[in-house]
Amino acid sequence: MNETIGIILIGIGLTFDFFGCLGLVRLPDVYNRLQASTKCVTLGTCSILFGVFLMLGPTAAGIKSLLCIIFLVLTAPVSAHAIARGAHRSGVKLWKGSVVDRYAEDKEGGL
Amino acid sequence: MKSKIVLFILGLFVWLLLSWPADGQDFFQHLLVGILVAGFVAFMTGDMFTSRPKHFIQFRRYVWFFYYLPMFIWECIKANIDVIIRIIRPDLPINPGIVKVKTSLKSDTGLTFLANSITLTPGTLSVDIDKERGFLYVHWIDVKDKDVERATSIIVERFERILRRIFE
Repeated sequence: MNETIGIILIGIGLTFDFFGCLGLVRLPDVYNRLQASTKCVTLGTCSILFGVFLMLGPTAAGIKSLLCIIFLVLTAPVSAHAIARGAHRSGVKLWKGSVVDRYAEDKEGGL
Repeated sequence: MKSKIVLFILGLFVWLLLSWPADGQDFFQHLLVGILVAGFVAFMTGDMFTSRPKHFIQFRRYVWFFYYLPMFIWECIKANIDVIIRIIRPDLPINPGIVKVKTSLKSDTGLTFLANSITLTPGTLSVDIDKERGFLYVHWIDVKDKDVERATSIIVERFERILRRIFE
């Protein structure tokens, strides 16, 4: 039973990872690409790791995959945040169809 | 000193999980090495770990944390489906921009968790924090409102009222 659910979760995770990579190719600029890659890859990888835990049970590898979930959820958004901030500070422009950029407005206003 | 104790306990806990199935004599070996390593790490870096260690023994913070967790996971799944629908539609329905939102959280941990939650939930990615004035700059894949107040009520508020009870 657990094996079946585990395999289903791993399949779902792979699908999410695939769509995250597809978003990386299709979306127009750094910030949108970060959105797709961070969200989909975090949830996809967490899903794969949880599937591994369900399949293996509380063994050495299973417990380690649970720990990996915690560290992944804590660190992946922080790194995305750092990349986005660094990109904006070094002058990467938003996509031409963007609606508003309050960050640039505030920086020019002497932040 | 209290901060060092908190870090020691957390470090030992993670160590024991990493060296999981250990029984009999093995367990005491792992425990001894874990105590030595966690003690060393706590001694060297303990003061940096947390500025308000007594928050770790307040039980209601854990209760709110476990209330926050399922809500966060649900929002995360919704976010993923939302992004996937945007990606696979041929006309690529995005309307991006960076908006400014307000937050009333003050502590570092609270702000970090708020920024992480914003990043993992529908269509938003936090770009920068202005800590003194309490502003967050958020990249939004589908800008519904450019106004600071209304963007705040859409993006931040549902997390903020829970996170305030956990971390403030």
